[in-house]
Amino acid sequence: MSARPHKTFYRKHESSILGYGVLLITLIVWQALWSAHKLSPLFMSGPSAIATRFWDDLLHGHLVQDFAYSGKNFVIGFVLAAASGVVLGVLIGWYKKLEMITAPFTSALYATPRVAMVPLIIIWFGIGMWSKVFIVFISAFFPILINTIGGIQAIDRDLLKCARAFCATDRQIFMTVAIPGAVPFILTGLRQGVALGLIGVVVGEMFGGSQGIGFMVAYGGQTFATDTLFVGVLIIAFAGIVLSAAAEQLEKRFSRWRPDR
Amino acid sequence: MNGNAKLQIEHVSKRYWRETLDREVVALSDVSVSVADGEFLAIVGPSGCGKTTLLNIVAGLLPYEEGTVSIAGKKIQGPGIDRSVVFQHSSLLPWRTIAGNVRFGMELQRRFDKKTMTERTEHFIKMVGLAGFERHFPSELSGGMQQRVNLARALASDPEVLLMDEPFAALDAQTREFMQAELLKIWSAARKTVVFITHQINEAVYLADRVVVMSPRPGRIKDVFKVPFSRPRTLHLKRDPQFLEIEEAIWQLVEEKSHERTPA
Repeated sequence: MSARPHKTFYRKHESSILGYGVLLITLIVWQALWSAHKLSPLFMSGPSAIATRFWDDLLHGHLVQDFAYSGKNFVIGFVLAAASGVVLGVLIGWYKKLEMITAPFTSALYATPRVAMVPLIIIWFGIGMWSKVFIVFISAFFPILINTIGGIQAIDRDLLKCARAFCATDRQIFMTVAIPGAVPFILTGLRQGVALGLIGVVVGEMFGGSQGIGFMVAYGGQTFATDTLFVGVLIIAFAGIVLSAAAEQLEKRFSRWRPDR
Repeated sequence: MNGNAKLQIEHVSKRYWRETLDREVVALSDVSVSVADGEFLAIVGPSGCGKTTLLNIVAGLLPYEEGTVSIAGKKIQGPGIDRSVVFQHSSLLPWRTIAGNVRFGMELQRRFDKKTMTERTEHFIKMVGLAGFERHFPSELSGGMQQRVNLARALASDPEVLLMDEPFAALDAQTREFMQAELLKIWSAARKTVVFITHQINEAVYLADRVVVMSPRPGRIKDVFKVPFSRPRTLHLKRDPQFLEIEEAIWQLVEEKSHERTPA
């Protein structure tokens, strides 16, 4: 038996120390430049100004309402996209004919940047909440759909043969081999859908309307209120980090059986 | 020909259209062999001799146009609960535990109630020497252990004929020898009729009561060897002069084929 190698505190936490250390130094330098009035508030803001603006908007402004508005649109759009993307993806992946019929539409729509469709969506749904919901939906739907189709079609030939040898019916193969095998693909699709849906909600609000975090960023930009703009961007960034971490946790939870995880 | 034949293969031929060659290929030509109840039959031959095709036909995974395959006098129609297959690749569901995988075959066949399935799962996991690994996932097991799971799954569904398609081909030499000895032990306890496909001649002679030698283009049976050694057999048998003699004779037969005709 060899002794357990000694690890210093630094060795154990090297990546966090380096990562967060540099972040902290950046903030300090930034704040120093800002305090010394080296940065024009027209083009830049400083950490303290952003924090003050955030606190102010939170207590006296619309920040909570804006956040709730964007959040609600995102959640509704994403849930609709997840439900329909998974169900349709499973059907298209399982029925070859259905794939042949839908392939031209899905590949054309998947290849089109969703932003290009925003004006059309606004014509259809107006500038109210439902155009935002629809933009989130259409952004998140395709990665979920495409990944689910791929997951069902990636069914392991050896497992299929084995199940058939044990007299499996099509329904049993679907339930015991195809669906569980597709789960990691579906989760990847959901993770990509979260990221694209988040872009969707911001872009949608920038194109029209008078509420939401996306609107807040656009409005901050138009009025040169750089502190407001930064608050909005940081909230979006934070939401992105939290949501992708949650999606990653979900993926881990469902792939316990995979090697080297 | 055999009064108590469990598995009877009579004049089976199989041809199919090979797109890449744009011509018909005869995979099997007039193959007849019968396997007695409780017999261990091995089939050897070079690749392309149709041994796997034959096994897939017997498993009911491949349709065949000519001849008949019957089990206990009943002609087979597709896969059935009277057979189970141990594949070369362990074909385990990676998201199911070992217990879940052993149960899988029984679940699909719907022959046993839940309680019986649980009992049989436990019993056969023990039989293949994997007690304590029930809750592990296949990715946590070695190749040899995965093949034990594969074997346990096949045995748990209580087949009359056990079909094994080069089950140890992917294992390293040492594990392979060990698994052969283990298989004989398990077989003598389970008493199943076995058809064992392999391309390793010494594996076939060591395990089987009879060894069928097949040759390619077209796939057909060249000869059948009776293996005279009593059971239980130990791995020392592989050093026995008579064993080596049989191995050599079969080897000659397989060799001869590949010199006979080699189309460019």
